[in-house]
Amino acid sequence: MSQEQGVLQKDLDRLQTESFDPIKWIISFIYKTFVIAELEARKLKHDPTELLTRAAQPALWMLVFGEVFTRVRAIPTGNMSYMDFMAPGILAQSVLFVAIFYGISIIWERDLGIVHKFLASPIPRASIVLGKALSAGIRAVSQAVIIYLLSLLLHVKLSWDPLNLLGILFVIIISAALFSTFSLIVACIVKTRERFMGIGQVLTMPLFFASNAIYPIAIMPGWLKAVAHFNPLTYEVDALRSFMINGGISQYGLPFDFGALLLSMVILTVIATILYPSVAR
Amino acid sequence: MGKKILELKNLTKRFGEFTAVNSISYSINKGEIFGLVGPNGAGKTTTIKILTTLLPATSGEANIGGYDVTRNASKVRRIIGYVPQMLSADGNLTGYENLLVFAKLYDIPSKEREQRIIDSLHFMGLSDSAGKLVKSYSGGMIRRLEIAQAVLHKPLVLFLDEPTVGLDPVAREAVWEYVKVLAERGTTVLMTTHYMEEADAMCSRIAIMNKGNIAAIGSPMELKASIGDVDANLNKVFEYYSGKSLESEEPGGNFKDVSRTRRVAKRLG
Repeated sequence: MSQEQGVLQKDLDRLQTESFDPIKWIISFIYKTFVIAELEARKLKHDPTELLTRAAQPALWMLVFGEVFTRVRAIPTGNMSYMDFMAPGILAQSVLFVAIFYGISIIWERDLGIVHKFLASPIPRASIVLGKALSAGIRAVSQAVIIYLLSLLLHVKLSWDPLNLLGILFVIIISAALFSTFSLIVACIVKTRERFMGIGQVLTMPLFFASNAIYPIAIMPGWLKAVAHFNPLTYEVDALRSFMINGGISQYGLPFDFGALLLSMVILTVIATILYPSVAR
Repeated sequence: MGKKILELKNLTKRFGEFTAVNSISYSINKGEIFGLVGPNGAGKTTTIKILTTLLPATSGEANIGGYDVTRNASKVRRIIGYVPQMLSADGNLTGYENLLVFAKLYDIPSKEREQRIIDSLHFMGLSDSAGKLVKSYSGGMIRRLEIAQAVLHKPLVLFLDEPTVGLDPVAREAVWEYVKVLAERGTTVLMTTHYMEEADAMCSRIAIMNKGNIAAIGSPMELKASIGDVDANLNKVFEYYSGKSLESEEPGGNFKDVSRTRRVAKRLG
């Protein structure tokens, strides 16, 4: 008994004399972000069925929509075949779908008290937000594998350059992180799963259609063009097109695409970090 | 003993017009098991949320181990452990993984981690189920795992919000025993409960809360003596101070709470 109390007193004394060390804080911040991502990855490992069921939607888009529109040549895609044009768009779409309903897990965790437990612990808030975002990235990678398999089947002119593959990995992880953080923000605001599901549906369609995913922005009316330029999905697709397809080019330039994605990610992370504690109140 | 570990001074929380906690003050000594009892809406959970840094107080002060829960929230979070009322262990992880993740998040050094997890699983009687997914656990096992998780970093104060709600009598008594041993080893415990026999069996002192106020405070014996009937059960004490019977209250309360609890139960299988 006395030994245990000694430990507690020692810890308290250490806490008193401890000063704030920014480098230590950053290391601990990064470490904890990865622990949160590890937690989510472990859950996925125990129950990976979700990843397979998610594959149905992109498969339908490519096999049905893609095949038909390749035939009718209704959409001007320059010297690319429509299937080549569309494949990166469908990858972006499946990443979006994996990420956009991710926020509902926060509502589950609020009801279960998991959020309360995290918030009463010394884990930095931003680590929780970023760690969860990273784990959405893991899900996105599984989607990329499925899209690549489908693309092989449909003779899409895939690039296998290792640097391009790395580029794909980076773009989909950051995009999944970005849209899942957006989803987290929505969940923090609406607070119930019924409202969240409704709003999730409403948000997905404009994000997908007001982008260059399945047709070029050039054919859009002026107002929609403006919307598409503020949609991070546009820059995701633009970067994916140049990495994924042999001879694909980025319309806005890769540095601009990366800049737009990273900036959106930073802004959304800050907002989510501020809103997250309100979930427990 | 006798050392103040947690102190509240005129702690108040208002939500708009509604006063959830109305200027309460008391202190808790090291190694005590302190019970907050009262009906739904009495302010118990609000008090715990303020003390665990989840909710800012409207006015007044609270400190734990000398640290103010608002100004020094990040230090307070390192010396407390918290078991929420709901089933908060992660059903899709094994018992071992639940503890492992928290050990990492609480900066328990990697060379101590393994041993501490094994010890605490053993202490809670969960060694045999460590590798099973938590969704296959019984309610009592989940609760014990959650307590193990909350004390893995050896907190100064452990907060338990309705620790045995929904448990059968055997599982409930098992939880009581574990918590008592923790307190004997020097962990201070602050718990809320609906069950008067639970407060009677576990707590060294009790505060009866009613409509945000402390109606009475003292050891179970003192409270019984204060109504002039040492043989009374605590329910009678409660009725005397709050003007209503506690047993007429269903734990879990309103529609929202009940539907939440049911969903949780369903999810965990």
